[in-house]
Amino acid sequence: MAVVVRPARLRRLGVQILVLAAALGVWEFATVRADQAFFPPPSTFLPRMRELWFSGPADHAFLTSDALANFGPSLAKLAAGWAVASLAGVAAGLALGRSRRLAQYLDPLLQLGRAVPPATLIPFFIVVFHLGTTMEIATIAFGVVWPVLLNTMDGARSVDPLQLDTARVFHLGPGQRLFRLILPGAAPKIFAGMRVAVSIALILMVIAEIMGGGTGIGGQLIVAQRTFDLPAMWGSIVILGVLGYLLNTVFLAVERRSLRWYRGAKQTEPL
Amino acid sequence: MLKVDNVGHTYGHGPGRHTAISGVSFEVAEGQLVSIVGPSGCGKSTLLRSIAGLIRPSEGSVSLQDQPVTSVPDGLAVVFQDYSRSLFPWLSVADNVALPLRRRAMGHAQRRTAAAEALESVGLDGAGQKYPWQLSGGMQQRVSIARALAYRPSLLLMDEPFGSVDAQTREDLEDLVLRVRADHKMTILLVTHDIDESVYVGDRVLVLSRAPGTIRDDLAVDLPGERDQITTRESPAFVHLRAEIGRLVRSAPEPTAAAASGTADGE
Repeated sequence: MAVVVRPARLRRLGVQILVLAAALGVWEFATVRADQAFFPPPSTFLPRMRELWFSGPADHAFLTSDALANFGPSLAKLAAGWAVASLAGVAAGLALGRSRRLAQYLDPLLQLGRAVPPATLIPFFIVVFHLGTTMEIATIAFGVVWPVLLNTMDGARSVDPLQLDTARVFHLGPGQRLFRLILPGAAPKIFAGMRVAVSIALILMVIAEIMGGGTGIGGQLIVAQRTFDLPAMWGSIVILGVLGYLLNTVFLAVERRSLRWYRGAKQTEPL
Repeated sequence: MLKVDNVGHTYGHGPGRHTAISGVSFEVAEGQLVSIVGPSGCGKSTLLRSIAGLIRPSEGSVSLQDQPVTSVPDGLAVVFQDYSRSLFPWLSVADNVALPLRRRAMGHAQRRTAAAEALESVGLDGAGQKYPWQLSGGMQQRVSIARALAYRPSLLLMDEPFGSVDAQTREDLEDLVLRVRADHKMTILLVTHDIDESVYVGDRVLVLSRAPGTIRDDLAVDLPGERDQITTRESPAFVHLRAEIGRLVRSAPEPTAAAASGTADGE
């Protein structure tokens, strides 16, 4: 795929930036007018963000030691929790999707597990794992495993019967069936589940950090709030929004690349 | 080489059950190309799936080279009507063709070569790196034929293989099947609802009755081995045979009509 920037696309990008700038302008105007300490204008908290996180040396990509100490661990926890949950969710989802009996037996348990709001388990995880990284990763993993598992299950179940017949006719072995048929066939659903999982992972990361106190972006947010450093608090909120957007964008790009066949096949589907 | 003995199949139980085929018996000799033709819903696909070992018929037995068929036999390949669903869209054309060959104890390079040869013999040399969905319907069906050829089956089953392509492509593919069959000396069983096609490609035509399908007639195709889309189709023997089969397919035969109304009453 050659990347050609078409005029229409350039115009869309321009309008999008304009809308963002306008929103920022309205925000600035409203907060300056309101003149409340709880709502610092962007012109106050953006410089504070810069000062806190983006005024570092050039060889650290302008990140300050504060930024490195907070963003790094937060992202590492997010990635670890998400990866563990994705692996477990895909493995369990494939098994459940291909075995109707297993799915029937475990269905109530899964529905129950899924219905438990993951944040309510944080007190329990704190008792078991104590405050810190393990507890936070466990919280993320528990919350994130469900969309991956249920989507994988759905995907594995909906593999085309004719493709399964084809696999039988040509005597494909168990490995070929799994890696060449069921996994790719379920991939569009699996990716959808994993993408939802990324945004849930970000939410749970912040909640776990706020409740766990002190570390990471969430920790910084709660510390800023307690010390009445409201520009820093708003800065943390904004940085979390930007982070969520960036993670989703990166994931979408990976998904697009991996599922090129899927989009192609959908576009040319016969009537 | 293939013996179908009194095969019948009923789906479901109780009042909602449906008998798709009943009492079907025939034999196919090595190297023959047999067409099975019948009205839609006459159980053609059920019969084919029974022979392929994809379903266990509720009555009778199928044997391939004197071995009873209980699961999918080894030397058998199937070309399905719905090529877009039978090919794997996430694999390139060459990978689709090479995928079943791992079982044939071939190395990677050998599989590549075999796939390339098979693609060449269906006129798709150079399309190996494309994805199936980048090709037209007719070309995709060529890919599934190539996949079956590379597998080197002793029996090739084709389930309405040209039902989803346009008329011109259909004729090209019919000729392709005839050529492939001459080159590879394969035994082929081709299911179709198209009477002309059954005569054009077949050495022999089995006519199935309406559901529950039974063999109404078994006709030898008395045409020269070398077929041509124009001249064969205008030859008196062809015209006569297709008329005869047309009458068989259209007319409601007495015994099966009774059987059909019997199942209708049961519902």
